[in-house]
Amino acid sequence: MSDTSFFTSKLEEAIGWARKYSIFQYPFVTACCGMEYMATACSHYDVDRFGAGLPRFSPRQADVLFVVGTISHKMAPVLKRVYEQMADPKWVVAFGVCTCTGGFYDNYATVMGIDTIIPVDVYIPGCPPRPEMVLDGLIKLQYKIQHQRTTGERVPSEPRPEIFER
Amino acid sequence: MNTTSLIESVRNRFPDAVSSSHTYRDDATVILRRDFLLEVARFLKADPALQMNFLTDITAVDYSAFGKRPTPAFFASSGVAVSPSSEIPDESPWPGPPGESRFAVVYHFFSLVHKHRLRLVIPVDEAVAEVDSLTSLWSGANWLEREVWDMFGIRFRGHPNLKRILMYEGFEGHPLRKDYPVKKRQPLIGPVN
Repeated sequence: MSDTSFFTSKLEEAIGWARKYSIFQYPFVTACCGMEYMATACSHYDVDRFGAGLPRFSPRQADVLFVVGTISHKMAPVLKRVYEQMADPKWVVAFGVCTCTGGFYDNYATVMGIDTIIPVDVYIPGCPPRPEMVLDGLIKLQYKIQHQRTTGERVPSEPRPEIFER
Repeated sequence: MNTTSLIESVRNRFPDAVSSSHTYRDDATVILRRDFLLEVARFLKADPALQMNFLTDITAVDYSAFGKRPTPAFFASSGVAVSPSSEIPDESPWPGPPGESRFAVVYHFFSLVHKHRLRLVIPVDEAVAEVDSLTSLWSGANWLEREVWDMFGIRFRGHPNLKRILMYEGFEGHPLRKDYPVKKRQPLIGPVN
């Protein structure tokens, strides 16, 4: 951000701050991961702490597409259409290992990872992922949203904590 | 009605239709010739002693690869038993495939009145992969038969709307047939992977 002026960088910071704490998600729930998504959304784990507590069931009102569960080839055009209906700025979270890579499915019916169809910002593996992993993924997404430029340019991801860099 | 008398009542009524029958793990199975399916089904539904008013399931089996190659034991390396121990005698072993035909269409009936079940098995050859539709008797047969058509490519004569139900239009082949290539992919969008 060194090449931007003081005003632009402060504006980007403010916009990022506002966006990351008002995530309106579109839950594209197709399979068993939906249970874990519901557990995360409910009061015990309370996704509303991160400002993501209000799912919108219209893609036009949503910021983040949560793809929760296996995507079949028959469903793939629907998913792409939902993604295209969302207004910019938009982000995609691949929730569960089926959406990340296809998971244990390798057959005639299953899409081998939704990143073959639409761009993905955060991958949350697990079969299904624990709510803690989902919240961790959400925090990583917030990092990406915070550091996104007004041009739409995105940072790859949160740097690893120093404790891992030995 | 117990399994023996269930089988007997079908056999007595249609001596020409039943090619064989067995009881396995307390479930009665009647193996029928193809042309008698509709008659037998109508009898099963209407007969006051049977009253099979609930069609639980229709499915099919492709026996073309059955017994042709050794089955790899799924958990063999873990030491977990994958088949019943030979030291424990099986009182009524599974009688095996219903005949030489490639396919078998399997019908499961249940009587909500009498609480008894019966399985009908229709061996079907690949060249004439067609059986009568049961949609005239049970409307629930509609989607079940569409699924069997979709997955196995077995046609149902007299079905009002015999098209794919699980796979999409334009999908080629029938994926649960044993000769469908395991690695064959037909995505609607996106890369073939």
